[in-house]
Amino acid sequence: MTAHSNQNQKPSLNIFQMVGAALLNLFEKTGAITRFIGLSLYHIVTPTYFPSQLWRQLKDIGYYSLPVVGMTALFTGMVLALQSYTGFTRFNAEGAVASVVVLSVTRELAPVLAGLMVAGRVGASIAAEIGTMRVTEQIDALTTLSVNPYKYLIAPRVLAGAITLPILVLIGDIIGVYGGYIVSVYKLGFNPNNYISQTWDILESMDVISGLVKAGAFGFIVSIMGCYHGYNSGRGAQGVGNATTNAVVSASILILIFNYLLTQVFFS
Amino acid sequence: MSTIETPKIKLTGVKKAFGNNHILRGVDLEVPAGKSLVVIGGSGTGKSVTLKCILGLLKPDAGTIEIDGQDITNISAKERDQLMLKFGMLFQGAALFDSIKIWENVAFGLIQGRRMNRKEAREIAIAKIKAVGLKPEVADLYPAELSGGMQKRVGLARAVATSPEIIFFDEPTTGLDPIMADVINNLIVEQVKEIGATALSITHDMGSVRKIADYVAMIHEGQIIWHGSVEELDNSGNEYIEQFIHGRADGPITRRVA
Repeated sequence: MTAHSNQNQKPSLNIFQMVGAALLNLFEKTGAITRFIGLSLYHIVTPTYFPSQLWRQLKDIGYYSLPVVGMTALFTGMVLALQSYTGFTRFNAEGAVASVVVLSVTRELAPVLAGLMVAGRVGASIAAEIGTMRVTEQIDALTTLSVNPYKYLIAPRVLAGAITLPILVLIGDIIGVYGGYIVSVYKLGFNPNNYISQTWDILESMDVISGLVKAGAFGFIVSIMGCYHGYNSGRGAQGVGNATTNAVVSASILILIFNYLLTQVFFS
Repeated sequence: MSTIETPKIKLTGVKKAFGNNHILRGVDLEVPAGKSLVVIGGSGTGKSVTLKCILGLLKPDAGTIEIDGQDITNISAKERDQLMLKFGMLFQGAALFDSIKIWENVAFGLIQGRRMNRKEAREIAIAKIKAVGLKPEVADLYPAELSGGMQKRVGLARAVATSPEIIFFDEPTTGLDPIMADVINNLIVEQVKEIGATALSITHDMGSVRKIADYVAMIHEGQIIWHGSVEELDNSGNEYIEQFIHGRADGPITRRVA
């Protein structure tokens, strides 16, 4: 019943109609998502709580994302060291490699890349799971069993996303810097002690904190987009497929937009 | 079917449209307490939408819905959660939660909705699983491991586990073989009688109607066009009813095959 009502409309070729329809659609979507976010936040803070569901989501979203985020961070740190070294030798600034690695990883690369990887892994699975539950009437069944679907399905996922991504990114920071260290020391012949002291000298707590705040925002975006698109999934396999695609695409784009906005807030 | 006492469920002039598609055009319906009403009608005539409006899954555009004489059309979400404690429902596709075990499905309303402890809830769940004719061993299986008929039985067990005052049955026999359909019908009658619930079902299976109904209402193009007791069904003198119960292609009900 919640299938998008404009799903079957034929596209019009009239330019005014097209622009108008696109604008109306944008406003409608923005309103619907805002309302969804408001409802989700309301149900996160008000009882009843489902701790067992939250625990399950913390494991699913957080713990099981560790390998993906770890690999991403490791190779990003490694390639960063390699690239900056080959670039910096052109003007004899090899000493800056450690600084470049630690600042890029903590401020930008760990939160953004972890966010995008988690959007692909977690956003898709949230949308597919909730979408399937919508299509097979399991969400309606929750309601008839006196369990509010927002509290049981949405709140634990959104909360788990916002809590676990900063933790993942903190671990990713460490692994990323270590990746840079490995390449610099074992391949490029840097002095290990110098590399570590250079890393600590340049790093300020704000670099890490800003990255973690970003990660919290990205985690929220990923899980709320997965939930929203799954919850409003169209009918059938195609509906769930579209919901999954939309969840990943919208979460990825929003992560990039909010990354810019948050960077501006922190560093200007 | 007019009674002096307050009807358990009462719909007055309920309308619902999706865009330009007017599904319900003023539905009037009454279910007396402790009785079983079956709404019949073709596909797409508004049976499911009626049910979803009563459950609050859809909001009617006009009209009122009363439960025990209380208007529930515009109650708050919190009151709605409270009201849901009175309801149970068997879904068309059973709608079992596939990530949890069978007994947890049956006990779901008790554990999550009513906060009963798991041990106690498991005992009730096992009793209900037995009551619908399943072996207690299925309790620790997952829904995907059961056949369609078994899933329906579990769905029924889940719907009655909380001893609700009102139970909804959404096409309980659709997709089952005739024998399994009869088994499910018998179980419905048995379980509803046991907990003394008021039942509202929608179906287009006439075998099911004759088994489980006290009263029958027929919906056509978003309105109730006939209602009466199940005994009156065969000599209703209503040509819509006649056409429907005999399953004729010719008659006043014409299918728009567009």
